[in-house]
Amino acid sequence: MSHLLRSHAPITDSGWALLDDEARQRLTPALAARRLIDFRGPHGWEHSATNLGRTDLVVASPQEGVTGLRRRVLPLAELRADFTVSVRELRDQERGAVDVDLASLDDAAHRIAVAENVAVFDGWAQADITGIVGASPHEQRPLGEEPESYPRAVAGAVELLLSSGVGGPYGMALGREQYRRVVETAEHGGHLLLDHLRKILDGPIVWAPGVDGAVVLSLRGGDFIYDCGQDLAIGYSRHDDEVVHLYIEESFSFVVASPDAAVALCA
Amino acid sequence: MGFDQYHEPAHELSAKTRTFARMCASLTEEAEAIGWYEQRLAVETDADALAIMRDAQGEEFKHFSMDLEFLLRRTPLWREIARGILFQSGDIVEHGEASEARATADSEPDEAGASDDRSDSLGIGGDAGSVR
Repeated sequence: MSHLLRSHAPITDSGWALLDDEARQRLTPALAARRLIDFRGPHGWEHSATNLGRTDLVVASPQEGVTGLRRRVLPLAELRADFTVSVRELRDQERGAVDVDLASLDDAAHRIAVAENVAVFDGWAQADITGIVGASPHEQRPLGEEPESYPRAVAGAVELLLSSGVGGPYGMALGREQYRRVVETAEHGGHLLLDHLRKILDGPIVWAPGVDGAVVLSLRGGDFIYDCGQDLAIGYSRHDDEVVHLYIEESFSFVVASPDAAVALCA
Repeated sequence: MGFDQYHEPAHELSAKTRTFARMCASLTEEAEAIGWYEQRLAVETDADALAIMRDAQGEEFKHFSMDLEFLLRRTPLWREIARGILFQSGDIVEHGEASEARATADSEPDEAGASDDRSDSLGIGGDAGSVR
């Protein structure tokens, strides 16, 4: 049995399949960071630290005439979003109900996806995670209020990356409001702004809840590393006669290897 | 330079999948080179040329093995199936069928819903999100 204790839950195989499918469907579109960075793993729940290849000098060694170094690692952080499912709803699903109320699961999936995006793009200081935006040496540039200004801002970011020696293709994470503006806008001649921006980037534009503004980054690989321990999974906490308490959980660290491979465009 | 290792538009693939595809293409090329050297060695009569080509084929064995190990490390199910086939004596096909059955059974939840961490995972990995 794994630490998720799924076999202790009063949930049938079809119930677990329903919950897993629902979580997967809700998480997948919102996990923007994973589409744009290097994903390593999953290495399992026991994986506790990412090798940084760095050392700290230990001034006092156990023996005179011998020097000591201590390896530096980045501990993995855990994210967990709790939710509940009604026992009655699960029973009705067994009877064939197709409109099972999984609102609490949906909300938890969104929360943990946003948390992951925020950790990767903006950082998570308490977990020693420096985000892509905070690590970038490039000054933040305005994306502009009107979507018509976006091509100029994005082209400027791409040019800045090129002049820094950072090759493409490039991708862009767009915050919710900025994404909405892009998909609803057509430029002169009826061409979609979305297509125009894709051509500038030569890569994908990703809906990124949790991001404020936009982040343009290189997709050449090796610049941004997400080290996954336990990939997103549903676990069991406890239950009573009416409600099953569950959670979505993951463990990961994030390392920016090339800080200059991204440019933030503020809203 | 060709990009035929991508079966889908490259910009829709994650960096992880692009790397995987490159290594699959590399594995194929190494296997082809091994086959070519095998044919050349079969018909060559010059002793010096034979020695060089044997050495070159040895390099391809190494490259192929490194590519394969990389791919197996990145693909747990493939690794599990390979573990039951590679370096085993006996009937290869039997080992293959048995290993596949074991590996795929291990990756599905048991009747009680209990399984290891990997199969309990939602399996989202690095290919999450819809590319717009």
